[in-house]
Amino acid sequence: MAQAELKPGDVVKRHRLSTRLWHWTNAITLFVMLMSGLMIFNAHARLYWGDYGANDDKAWLVIDDAGDTGFVEIAGVRVETTGVLGIWKNSEGEVKRRAFPHWITIPSAYDLQAARRWHFTFAWILAVGLTLYMLRSLWNGHVRNDLHIRKWEWSIGHIWHDIKDHARLRFPTGAAAKDYNILQKFAYISVLFILLPLIIFTGLTMSPAMNAAWPWLLDLFGGRQSARSIHFIAAFSLVAFFFVHMAMVLLAGPINEVRSMITGKYTLPGKADPLPQPEVVQGEPA
Amino acid sequence: MSDSKMIVPRRKFLSAAALGGGGLLLAGCDALTEDARFRSFLRTGEALNNGAHRLIMDRGALAPEFGEADMSPIFKANGSISGGTPEYAAHVADKFASWQLRIDGMVKNPLNLDLKKLMAMPSREQITRHDCVEGWSAIGKWRGTPLRLLLQAAGLSSRARYVVFHCADQWGPGTPYYESIDLIDAFHPQTILAWSMNDGILPVKHGAPLRLRVERQLGYKQAKYVMRVEATDDLKKFFGGKGGYWEDAHDYDWYAGI
Repeated sequence: MAQAELKPGDVVKRHRLSTRLWHWTNAITLFVMLMSGLMIFNAHARLYWGDYGANDDKAWLVIDDAGDTGFVEIAGVRVETTGVLGIWKNSEGEVKRRAFPHWITIPSAYDLQAARRWHFTFAWILAVGLTLYMLRSLWNGHVRNDLHIRKWEWSIGHIWHDIKDHARLRFPTGAAAKDYNILQKFAYISVLFILLPLIIFTGLTMSPAMNAAWPWLLDLFGGRQSARSIHFIAAFSLVAFFFVHMAMVLLAGPINEVRSMITGKYTLPGKADPLPQPEVVQGEPA
Repeated sequence: MSDSKMIVPRRKFLSAAALGGGGLLLAGCDALTEDARFRSFLRTGEALNNGAHRLIMDRGALAPEFGEADMSPIFKANGSISGGTPEYAAHVADKFASWQLRIDGMVKNPLNLDLKKLMAMPSREQITRHDCVEGWSAIGKWRGTPLRLLLQAAGLSSRARYVVFHCADQWGPGTPYYESIDLIDAFHPQTILAWSMNDGILPVKHGAPLRLRVERQLGYKQAKYVMRVEATDDLKKFFGGKGGYWEDAHDYDWYAGI
């Protein structure tokens, strides 16, 4: 909730230490997970629904090459992707027939086992980091004060207003910029409480040992190959979040935004004499 | 339109910077992959996963079993699919009539068992999912002799820690396929030496006459063409010392529960 005294130009404390530490740890970890994950995917670039799925079974997504064209096929619809997906040249100019290209995988040359080592070691950093951050955020009020969606925020009118503001690139100024707006809350809640847990649990579901330990995982996600498909979709949902997140940081003032995620301090944006904010806030009596 | 003239060079600059930065990042990751200290850091994942699985899972926890209707129409054959050597081809030609499984190493009574004797022992049938390290899965029906019965019949020594499976297929001169598991998996009720698949005799491409099923681990642990089972206290005594062909040749995890 905005405070009456805050005005554009004021420097406020915006991000807690736990948020800043987790943000950067997680940023590095997610890049490693994505790029090593794409290398693991390259070992079998087909996705299925259900318990089983191999080359003779029906795949809903295929990345492959036919002669000298690369393609992606989703639900039977084929898109040519020569040079980027399915068939591409490595940095030495050699033609490679793998799904994802060298510039987006860890390691850059095909190596399933090295990618597995990166993926399964950083998975611990991702899962332990997320768990600690969730506990800390419950404890220190981050969830209650910053992410919790208030009753009045749920009104269609308010959400629509925020969508229009975003579409016009009109961002909150002054005191209103201190708090997350409704679309930001939706985005952060989706990542923190839906996408990241989903990607961790679908990852666990692909482990044959975990299937013996926690067989309910298979029931929850509809089988190992379904879990693999959901894992892939969740990964690309996180990639989509990353691009929107980057766009918003660039549009909202990259230096101020990045600094706030490093030092915690944030300069409230806007002109010195802002328009009155729509939300009337109870301040201290004058 | 003066704005658009400004934007193009800036966009070019940004994409060049991103590509340059990305290239450096990738080169850095490749260098880290080769670095001995970083590699040992990356190995902590395998130890953590093995430890965590042993911690949360009962020793006897069963891998999921399926019904007939859930089976793959075609079970993909992978890795070595012909067995390869002339000795093995001779066994195929006489339908494994003179083939014998050898059980030795740290046991009191080494055994030689032909297929008839193996099939006369109590057996277990299971419809399970086979998960390749590459990412695909296939569901098939297996019947075979529980490994624990064979180890008990041979009188496993209390000093033994691992069971090594020697296979007929060669992956280069003097490089036979082999695999190994610990005694927790060796005595697991679903760990069998299978001689039947999908209600028929085990086909050559799936490892005839005998293949290991260790259902809580990945496909490369499911050794095909098993000729000899050897109990040991130390995996360093065998070939490259890492406990299996893929472990030695390509540094795959010995523990393949994930």
